[in-house]
Amino acid sequence: MVEADALVSAREEVLARLRAARDAGAPRGGVPPTPREYRRVGALAAGSAEVVDRLEETVTEYRAVVFRAAGPGDVPAVLASVLEGVGSVVVPPGLPTTWTDGLAVTVRRDDPPLSVPELDGLDAVLTGASVAIADTGTLVLAAGEPDQGRRAITLVPDHHVCVVDAAAVVSSVPEALARLDPTRPLTFVSGPSATSDIELDRVEGVHGPRRLDVVLVGPPRA
Amino acid sequence: MSSTDLGMPTTAPDGVGFLRGSEPFPAAAHRALADTQLRRNLGHATRTIRAKRAGVVAEVPDWEELRRAGEAIKADTMARLPELLEQLEASVTARGGVVHWARDATEANAIVAGLVRDTGADEVVKVKSIATQEIGLNEALAEQGITATETDLAELIVQLSDDRPSHFLVPAIHRNRSEIRDIFLRAMPGVDPDLTDDPRRLAMAARAHLRRKFLSARVAISGANFAAADTGTISVVESEGNGRMCLTLPDTLITVMGVEKVVPRWSDMEVFLQLLPRSSTGERMNPYTSTWSGVTPGDGPQTFHLVLLDNGRSNVLASEDGRSALHCIRCSACLNVCPVYERTGGHAYGSVYPGPIGAVLSPQLTGISGPDDPNASLPYASSLCGACFDACPVRIDIPNLLVQQRAASIAAHRTPTAQDLAMRTVAAAMVSPGRFRAAERVLGLGRFAGRSGRIRFLPYPGSQWTSARDAPAPPAETFRQWWKRTRS
Repeated sequence: MVEADALVSAREEVLARLRAARDAGAPRGGVPPTPREYRRVGALAAGSAEVVDRLEETVTEYRAVVFRAAGPGDVPAVLASVLEGVGSVVVPPGLPTTWTDGLAVTVRRDDPPLSVPELDGLDAVLTGASVAIADTGTLVLAAGEPDQGRRAITLVPDHHVCVVDAAAVVSSVPEALARLDPTRPLTFVSGPSATSDIELDRVEGVHGPRRLDVVLVGPPRA
Repeated sequence: MSSTDLGMPTTAPDGVGFLRGSEPFPAAAHRALADTQLRRNLGHATRTIRAKRAGVVAEVPDWEELRRAGEAIKADTMARLPELLEQLEASVTARGGVVHWARDATEANAIVAGLVRDTGADEVVKVKSIATQEIGLNEALAEQGITATETDLAELIVQLSDDRPSHFLVPAIHRNRSEIRDIFLRAMPGVDPDLTDDPRRLAMAARAHLRRKFLSARVAISGANFAAADTGTISVVESEGNGRMCLTLPDTLITVMGVEKVVPRWSDMEVFLQLLPRSSTGERMNPYTSTWSGVTPGDGPQTFHLVLLDNGRSNVLASEDGRSALHCIRCSACLNVCPVYERTGGHAYGSVYPGPIGAVLSPQLTGISGPDDPNASLPYASSLCGACFDACPVRIDIPNLLVQQRAASIAAHRTPTAQDLAMRTVAAAMVSPGRFRAAERVLGLGRFAGRSGRIRFLPYPGSQWTSARDAPAPPAETFRQWWKRTRS
């Protein structure tokens, strides 16, 4: 073993084993091309009133709370009611200041980055989202987007308020992935933190934010 | 190791990790079946999850098309596994990650222990990872003075009770809420003595217990659900947020991944992110999925190590049909629908890979050393009902693999078994019509039949059959006798 280690690196040996195995077990007749007959585009048009309504349903089923804002101009007023009673909120460096200017809340901008204990001392986090998937009730946060920021800020505070523009809402998982850049860290969020580890019953609220509020910005209910 | 072994597909080594139990399945299953509490817990949990899965699968109109795509992507992956791993290595390295290769469990454990030691930490937090259970990483780290804390709720329950995991998704599926409360009261420092068995209160207790560890951890260890070769993007699919904590807050992240977890393209995730959550927790989507590529300046761990593990996988890949066991995405749907798993639970399988997929994966990873190898018994832990194939999101033909592994386990027999002898006797009797006629006349098995017309007991070697099930009594006359009586 020692001798072999000295002669051949683990990398070379694992790759050599896998090459031999790849050939020994190669399917007679080769591997057929991957059939991609599944739906690439979902039933509801991206950004439509219908797809936003469906997102509201699926997000609500995960016991997140949904608020509607008729347009960008209504966001500050909706946020004021969502954040009523909240003492402090962290926001990513590029979050529109118009969203937070009138809030009766201590707003901490994550610029320069706050320490983990500082984040732990804040009540809530307010961000945007890159994409939302109506089929599954999922919000996707892309790290480094100006209105989404670092991953830690949406993780440590116990209450996440996420503003989703109708233009970011798609029907299906394939449509969402096509819009995302895989080289930056992504977080797919479907409802508040939950576990099914006790008798396979879903219970909300473990290590991630225990409260998730979603503000949908766009056309009124269809 | 001699030089001729270099580069040959190799099974996982003995004596390290948890791929093999200490006794054959029937012996372990007998004990499990006698535990009525265990059977109640498992029955309740698997019934719940089966209903949830059926509901969310039914609402996907293109489920079969997704399954076929998932199957084909995995088959394509296996056909060019070494190339894809080299591509993955290049992608991860280009984004600031460091890739390590491990021939087996011992080597992987040594690599991880060395990396942890280099950080100066003597404590790590862990996201649930079956690969690290397979190699016995926690035990190996403990020998080096490094404490590994499991952060998934079910893993924490298992760790606090010094138990072993029994399910992919819910390692503590064999425990009910009041048992979990008792474990927490006994083993969780500083726990509220008035803790009830309300699942919400239990989850809160876990949150309080782990919060400080998360916020101060310097090193985390994870597994990987998928790794896209083209972009170097690793995915971890989870529920509680413990994964996000481990993947985001520490300075150093070490991910241990079986080589089969690579997928060719990031865009392939559009298939697996639909198949996995619905098959696994029975949800449209799990609460959290994290993806990352290498290191991102200013966000998350600034040191990232990816350990690629063989540990017997090359041996599985070398079998044309057997390699499809490597397609498994660890959803656990086959466990939940299996009538055998539902009754015996996961511990009876010995290996960290239980249930139908474990019964075909474990013996291929370890090889079968002989008739007394506990893993030789696993392919028989099935009625071949086929429910596992129907539930499998990547269409692994588990019943077919079970039959093949039965053949492999027979081939490992050095001495003939009762079944071999019986088959030889039958073969001898069937070589000529005269011999067959004679054999039919002397069989006379009818005398063992009860009033039901079923035989409940036969003397050895027939007792090996009747100890587990009845045999039908042969009819009063043979076909030849009947023909002669009615047609002559």
